[in-house]
Amino acid sequence: MNSDNEPLFSAKNLKLLKEPLGSSNPITVQVLGICSALAVTVKLKPSIVMAISVMAVLAVSNVVISLLRKRIPPRIRIIVQLVVIATMVILVDEILKAFAYEISKQLSVFVGLIITNCIIMGRLEAFAMGNKPWPSLLDGLGNAAGYGLILIIVAFFRELLGSGTILDYQVIPNSFYEFGYVNNGLMILPPMALIVVGIIIWIQRSRNKDLVENR
Amino acid sequence: MKQFSNTYIFIFSMVMVLIVAVLLSFVAMQLGPRQEMNVQNERKQDILRSVGKAEKLKEAEDRIAYIDEEFRTYISDSYVVNYEGERVDADAFAITLRIRDEVSEAPEDRLYPVFTYTDEQDEVMYIVPVYGKGLWGPIWGYVSFHADMNTINGAVFDHKGETPGLGAEINTDWFQEAFRGKTIFDEKGAFKSIRVVKGGADPDDPHGVDAISGGTITSKGLEAMLKNCLSGYINHFKMQGNLTYGMNHSI
Repeated sequence: MNSDNEPLFSAKNLKLLKEPLGSSNPITVQVLGICSALAVTVKLKPSIVMAISVMAVLAVSNVVISLLRKRIPPRIRIIVQLVVIATMVILVDEILKAFAYEISKQLSVFVGLIITNCIIMGRLEAFAMGNKPWPSLLDGLGNAAGYGLILIIVAFFRELLGSGTILDYQVIPNSFYEFGYVNNGLMILPPMALIVVGIIIWIQRSRNKDLVENR
Repeated sequence: MKQFSNTYIFIFSMVMVLIVAVLLSFVAMQLGPRQEMNVQNERKQDILRSVGKAEKLKEAEDRIAYIDEEFRTYISDSYVVNYEGERVDADAFAITLRIRDEVSEAPEDRLYPVFTYTDEQDEVMYIVPVYGKGLWGPIWGYVSFHADMNTINGAVFDHKGETPGLGAEINTDWFQEAFRGKTIFDEKGAFKSIRVVKGGADPDDPHGVDAISGGTITSKGLEAMLKNCLSGYINHFKMQGNLTYGMNHSI
């Protein structure tokens, strides 16, 4: 794999893994994959499963496309990418239905919609088509982790403020409710996911000025 | 960029599709039985919940075994009736599994499954499945009746993708609790079904429950579902329930 004897975790390769978590995060910086981020983040548990599913799909698809990259005819490359992604997604969906039925019900169509998640097509086309399998794997893991990180942060706040629970365990004590505290029903609705993502983008840009567009 | 011949492209696509097809069929066949079991298990669980059983599900170590055990213990019998109320030879559970297709037929042609529940005190209840349309997709549920086949003991509903906080509330306790003790026939024995009343039902109304504010279309869909599915049981319920119905009134 590494004919040029580059160490497996060279600085360049580590960057592939780390950058998508921060300065090139697929959701907050590239603003890709927003729709599933809105849909599955009401509760933390489905978000974690969604993050893992996307990670599996993206990492494996990236490696497969990277292995085939010299043999894929450019004229049908998008179709080939889609077939690889769709196959992976169906596999994940089937496995969830068999072994995590409750969660697969909660995620419902969104597992199937991983196929259309722009992050995955984007990474295959932009990275795996022109790079070796190992960096492609890292790139896939990194980007999926960046996506999953935002999903989990958003879901954490939405579940905490919207339902008063974390992973279905009640964390806001009953005494709060007796004093008149109520769960914020708005947090459960999709618009709040956008607002939470917006706040994350705001915090990230105020800490990292490089991300702010110059006018 | 390297050029590929058309023949190469054709062969490449064919081989790719073939590999994918074989892989996916293999996985689907391997996992099929397990998935089927999950679906069946969920139906059993819902049937039990409509009579207030399977309450220890969260603590159960092996949920599938637990549900199976509860189902065997409490669901003493199941049978299928036709529109006229006569028993027909069919598997009630199998029809419940394909209730979506069953409901799409004309009421006269449908088969109507009934599950009989018997508890430790020999109290008997009857559970029937219902299936209909909400705002965004299907909604379904199970309604359990006391032995008079008129008074509702409990109801559970679920949905595929109703709006969270609005229509999706049909699967919450507060909504389902309201069905308890309601009746589907009036004193004269006329079928009334259950109305889902916008703005709140009169608490004394024996055939009405509160609708969900903001979830009007789901509420209406639920009302239509109950009317559509329960009306097919009228003949059977009257025949079967008449005994107790008549006794109550002859005193």
